[in-house]
Amino acid sequence: MAYPYRHPSEVQLLSKHFGEPEARTLQGWVERGGYQALRKALGMSPADIVTEVKNSGLRGRGGAGFPTGMKWSFMPKKEPGKPHFLVCNADESEPGTFKDRELMRWTPHALIEGCLIGAHAIHAEHAYIYIRGEFFEAAQIMARAIEEAYAAGYIGRNIFGSGIDLDLTLHIGAGAYICGEETGLLNSLEGRRGEPRVKPPFPAIAGAFRYPTAVNNVESLIAAAQVVLNGAEWYKQYGTEKSVGTKLFCVSGHVKRPGNYEMPLGFNFKEFIYDVCGGTPTGKPVKAVIPGGSSVPILKADELDIGMDYESMAAAGTMLGCGSVIVMDEGVNVVKQVRRMVDFYAHESCGQCTPCREGTAWSSKILRRIEMGRGAPEDLDTLLQISDNMSGKTICVLSDAAAAPIVSSIQKFRDDYLALMQAGQLAGAGVR
Amino acid sequence: MAEPTPTPENVSVTIDGMTLSVPKGTRLLDACAQAGVSISHYCYHPGLSAPAQCRMCLVEVEKSPKLVASCVGTVADGMVVHTQSENALKAREGVLEFYLVNHPLDCPVCDQAGECKLQDYVSAEGPPMGRSKEPKRVLGRDDFGGDVMFYADRCVMCTRCVRFMREVAQDERLTTVQRGSRTVIDTFYDEGLTGNIWADNIVDLCPVGALVSKDFLHKARAWDLDRTPSVCPNCSMGCNVRLETRDNQVMRLKPRPNPEVNAHWMCDFGRLNYSWMNRVDRIEAPLVRDGGRHVPMSWADTLTRLADALRGAAGGARAVVSPFEGNEGIGALRRVLEAVGGGDGVFRCEQGEEVILPGFPELALRRDRAANVVGAELFGFARTGGADGKGGLEQAAAHTGVLFVLGDELADAPADFGANASLFVYVGQHLAPAARNAHFVLPATTFAEMEGTFTNIQRRVQRFWPAQRAPGMARPSWQILGVLLAGISEAGAPGTAADAFAGLGAVRAEFGQLSWAELGAQGAVLPGVRELQETGD
Repeated sequence: MAYPYRHPSEVQLLSKHFGEPEARTLQGWVERGGYQALRKALGMSPADIVTEVKNSGLRGRGGAGFPTGMKWSFMPKKEPGKPHFLVCNADESEPGTFKDRELMRWTPHALIEGCLIGAHAIHAEHAYIYIRGEFFEAAQIMARAIEEAYAAGYIGRNIFGSGIDLDLTLHIGAGAYICGEETGLLNSLEGRRGEPRVKPPFPAIAGAFRYPTAVNNVESLIAAAQVVLNGAEWYKQYGTEKSVGTKLFCVSGHVKRPGNYEMPLGFNFKEFIYDVCGGTPTGKPVKAVIPGGSSVPILKADELDIGMDYESMAAAGTMLGCGSVIVMDEGVNVVKQVRRMVDFYAHESCGQCTPCREGTAWSSKILRRIEMGRGAPEDLDTLLQISDNMSGKTICVLSDAAAAPIVSSIQKFRDDYLALMQAGQLAGAGVR
Repeated sequence: MAEPTPTPENVSVTIDGMTLSVPKGTRLLDACAQAGVSISHYCYHPGLSAPAQCRMCLVEVEKSPKLVASCVGTVADGMVVHTQSENALKAREGVLEFYLVNHPLDCPVCDQAGECKLQDYVSAEGPPMGRSKEPKRVLGRDDFGGDVMFYADRCVMCTRCVRFMREVAQDERLTTVQRGSRTVIDTFYDEGLTGNIWADNIVDLCPVGALVSKDFLHKARAWDLDRTPSVCPNCSMGCNVRLETRDNQVMRLKPRPNPEVNAHWMCDFGRLNYSWMNRVDRIEAPLVRDGGRHVPMSWADTLTRLADALRGAAGGARAVVSPFEGNEGIGALRRVLEAVGGGDGVFRCEQGEEVILPGFPELALRRDRAANVVGAELFGFARTGGADGKGGLEQAAAHTGVLFVLGDELADAPADFGANASLFVYVGQHLAPAARNAHFVLPATTFAEMEGTFTNIQRRVQRFWPAQRAPGMARPSWQILGVLLAGISEAGAPGTAADAFAGLGAVRAEFGQLSWAELGAQGAVLPGVRELQETGD
């Protein structure tokens, strides 16, 4: 089965074997050059691996874009009797995101390799993959691959005769967005309620089971394995100076060819949407695009001529996030879309912090009222003030995530809101 | 203000323009308190972990990109904190507005009104008006078992109750269920909190009216209560409490923090065992037996007659005291016994299982279910009777000399108790059948109606204050016996409880080493702790 859409502008480092069922098996993966990176890494000192990844400029692909090598270098010195842990965040749950799922579905062994290399780099003897509960198929594939790798001695005691022992456990979540937040994930992994922890202490100091822990995204770990195998300089040939490498972009919404595309960072966003993804299937003009997952500010159609990299997105007032592109054409009611997103955050708020617990639910109620035509212009001021009170005031950034689409949509699509209010007033006055 | 002197352990921090020196690692919220700034907070409590989730205690710290939760933030040298800056005030106002989105605002029927942190903080820093026009979430209420009722809609989700049960009671009975604004506190098991004797502490911890006491439900408004510092009389732990009264009736007991005794807590057994303080069948006047009946008489005449009788009494003295009496009354009785030639004294105390509070093991519901067992022992009274607090009075009942009963109601004693005594003096609160043979019946106050001290199991002497008016002519036992002592010896009559306390050194030297002033509100430990603890059992 071929992977649905490919485009010549893609640079397929991570997604090369998408669509090849054989790549899922250990044998198939080894035939494709698999486990060379692990073999090489186990011959390297942990410090050298960290340096190599640091030099490559690889930034975390989970959304925040924090340099992966730097994160590993924050791990404290290994003390006897105090285990370190590597936790792979495979709880991909940001609306619009489906890149990690594809990585695990097609190349499970690549993730195993990445986890083991990362674990070795931070002196961990045990790595966990925390996979989202709804990823039934990906979890099955991962479980099978882990079993195979254990049986072949690629995981476990004395891997490749290196004297290094590494274990890997697949942990299936129960379905909560907040368990994608790294400390919420750690609580869930430990069997507690999935609630983010107060930081500091950061996971590097007190993470899983209160031991030093690095939490890395699926795509980051797989990219790091390739960096280790091919060197930092090789990786730097892709992308821009500050946003190095390739990135998987998950495209959904009003495009002719939705799906995953692996693009070098810095690729032109407009070209990506209109050429790579084929533009809107209806022929209607693009109205709005969410470039990095539902929690980042929305871009208008005339704001798309920018690079798909961390810096350019930030300059445009939004974020690259985890590369989840949601395209909406002119037929879309932005208020309704924003309300649905905020409903999601209201549903997924863990309920710890007051501004998030109450603010998400309150915002969702106001938005629904506006959508039903019972809003008034002052509701928009209230929404903006609620959003302000929700941003930067809580333990994690879920409430900031919920506020972002509200604020950017009111700023950029105020007319959509006002139109609903006007229509509601007319309907109330009996005018149709 | 003196210039702060930095030491290696201290750091200098500026709070709202005031620079002060505090130990490194001090919680920002505590540093603010030292600077005289009280920071609103719900989830933080000094006896529990700090989850920093209510977001009420946000303050602005210079050079920090975000506002800092002062319950988990700690001071750093040179830190400049603004608690009243526009950002900080706006954030706290915002959080308060969020609390009001779903709060039912049923203050008129809420037990917590008047002592509610939501009312307090909203009045102080809240928005002038709520802007929410949306329908409120309605969750209803739930019986949590034990003495606790849960009004879910009033809850501010501070999770103090969950953390108390987990961390202090170490008996996880509560949890949060659901997410987002649907989050609610719930019990794990059908029995809820029933069976855990520490559960009512969550009612104290609840900053709003979400968790309320069924015992206190709708009984009184907070602003109608008078609050008197006291000591729980119901076991030998002596938890520091407040007796809260309305119209001279004790309505409830609340723990008063004392880090050496009960921290912030007390048990339900002690807390809910107060109705006896409100009993109305009290002796209201001194009674003197005239033939077959008791005749009321003035205090002066009664005590003059009693002193005369004592001077002529023969056959040796015996006494029964109640361990619910204070040190001053028991000590005065010992001095009276000595003045008439000495004599054996006994006390009885009901006993039960000891229940330790796991998260603060210094605190337990102690085996002896009376406050002053240690005091009674120190003044030379020996334990008698069974674990049910009954029996053991055969010798006293048949005594032919002078017989004193102080406080003990003799509820189980036969009607002929003291019939053979040459002089039977009953100093007590209630006229029990066994008192019918008494020559003198002297009305005494309960501990709740007087000033005095108890000695707890740690040998800590702790003061209590009068919370209720005494009925009729009832007087503190230290006063009755002190005046009597003055009538039969060279001792002066005590005018105050402090005088009576000062007289105790004449019976037990270690009491002489403590001054009334140093007892303060939190008590002081008697010297010679170790030796005396051994005799305590």
